[in-house]
Amino acid sequence: MTAFLIRRLGFAVVTLFAVLTLVFVLVRIVPGDPAQVILGDQASQEAIMALREKLGLNRPIHAQYLTFISGALVGDWGTSMVTGRPVIQEVLNVLPWTIELTLISLVIGIVIGVPLGIAAAVKRNRFTDYAARIASLLGLSFPPFVSALLLLLGFAILLPWFPVISARSGSATAWFQSITLPAINLGLITAAYITRVTRSAMLEVLQEDYVRTARAKGVPINAVIIRHALRNALIPVITIVGLYLGILIGNSVLTEIVFSRPGLGKLIVGALNQRDYTMLQGMMVIYTLVVVVVNLATDIAYGVADPRVKLK
Amino acid sequence: MSMTDIAPAPSRLRYIWNATLRAFNTNKTSWVGLVIFVIVVFLAIFAPIVTPLDPLEQNILQKLKPPSAEYIMGTDGFGRDIASRLTHGARISLIIGLASTVLAMVIGSAIGMLAGWKGGRTDILIMQAMDVLLAFPSLILGLIIVAMLGPSMMNIIIAIAMTSIPPFARIARAPTIAMKEREFVDACRALGFSDMRIVAGHILPNILPEILVMGSLWLANAIRTEASLAFIGLSVKPPTPTWGGMIREGFENILDSAWLVIAPSAAILIVIFALNLLGDGLRDAIDPKLKGES
Repeated sequence: MTAFLIRRLGFAVVTLFAVLTLVFVLVRIVPGDPAQVILGDQASQEAIMALREKLGLNRPIHAQYLTFISGALVGDWGTSMVTGRPVIQEVLNVLPWTIELTLISLVIGIVIGVPLGIAAAVKRNRFTDYAARIASLLGLSFPPFVSALLLLLGFAILLPWFPVISARSGSATAWFQSITLPAINLGLITAAYITRVTRSAMLEVLQEDYVRTARAKGVPINAVIIRHALRNALIPVITIVGLYLGILIGNSVLTEIVFSRPGLGKLIVGALNQRDYTMLQGMMVIYTLVVVVVNLATDIAYGVADPRVKLK
Repeated sequence: MSMTDIAPAPSRLRYIWNATLRAFNTNKTSWVGLVIFVIVVFLAIFAPIVTPLDPLEQNILQKLKPPSAEYIMGTDGFGRDIASRLTHGARISLIIGLASTVLAMVIGSAIGMLAGWKGGRTDILIMQAMDVLLAFPSLILGLIIVAMLGPSMMNIIIAIAMTSIPPFARIARAPTIAMKEREFVDACRALGFSDMRIVAGHILPNILPEILVMGSLWLANAIRTEASLAFIGLSVKPPTPTWGGMIREGFENILDSAWLVIAPSAAILIVIFALNLLGDGLRDAIDPKLKGES
């Protein structure tokens, strides 16, 4: 177990360095002088020199790299060039909105997707299966901003049930009104994904010998599906849902933009529009840390839950 | 002259053709997907004939007109014909989608086969890198790359390709490992073939069907990413029409002119759904065990 943990941790450290280096390189292949790009064509030579000095662009590249890496590791993720506030503070300000939206849609996705996936697998090649497959394929085909726009058109403009702009005041009704459409949008797309994954995992498990044995010894079919098949099928489902986190973050960015909801999406697009490169770099570093930590946690949890993993 | 020299090419082609036909017939929905996709490609190629109005010509007197006989899908905020902008926008979507998918397919498969063939540390290192790339929010990665490199068609293609390399590496690696142990590979080795020749000449053809099917599914994904980037404002420069860009512009007038966003939304949805139907059906045919796996 200890050897397994050390190996995993080692991988995590190596990946962290690799991705941080990638971020460093990415930010520095901006065509032209970053200071010039930031200040625009009209900037005076002195202003450009001053900014280069401030951003540390005058220093040799390896010194910049060391500062960047050590800063990233000790929690100094840079300062926004526009607001002058630390990137981490800007991110933490809007993070609750994004986490709230992502978690609620993940719950919606699981509540709809897992039962639908089971039903489709059990009723393989029958109407339920075809309906579930077409529905989930359709759900996967929707770019999140297109489905968000259609929801907005249908339930906020044609039928004015929900506000067009998800502003939030203190009351529970206002909160419910602002979260419903964005959460349904992300939730349905997530459900489409989970349905497919659950279905294929269940199909595989249902063919196993132990499922047949359980049936043969007289266990009721529903008990076999839930207790024997689903439990085993959930292992791959959880892994894939963990990998789906990345897609979910991307989808939430688009959903937040359409519904004018505060969150990481608005932050990142704002930074793009204002050419706030230090903000983008800081957000990349934070994303990287989150991804590496989540990956490590999933790996370890997986190793603890399933002894076979450690042998690999 | 041995038997094998007698016209081996036609029989091989026929074999491939028959296998393809069989794959399509296993799941009829793949035909539906293929037909829709071919129609879209056709509309894009013959855009100036199908929609004769200039997609860039502004006519301020005709702005924000609802669908009519002259403008079958209405006009946008600059009085430009939406139908023409859709067919010309299809070209951008298809070019970026196809180019980035082919790029990812070539690089990803090469990386995957290398990892599978070499095994050991190389394998672990490569696949770990792929896992990280896979776990990274692909839209955000694409967005940052385009933002840093600047929004040109070439850079968008590179950005989307980079985010879709890992799945191809994964799909190429597993069968390479399985095939490495097979007898025909031992035979090739015994004949003194180089690694390169065995992998490219004997393993690649065997895993090609799977890679191509993955390609059709990732083409759908690439088109969706391109539309998403354009919606955020990172695409080829206006006034060149892109579907995502049309939705972005139409979003401003969504309260009174909903057709501005409905037409391009429908276009994006139809193309992606068609490609998903196509790829999904073909995958069933290639590997019945994986039926419907995502």
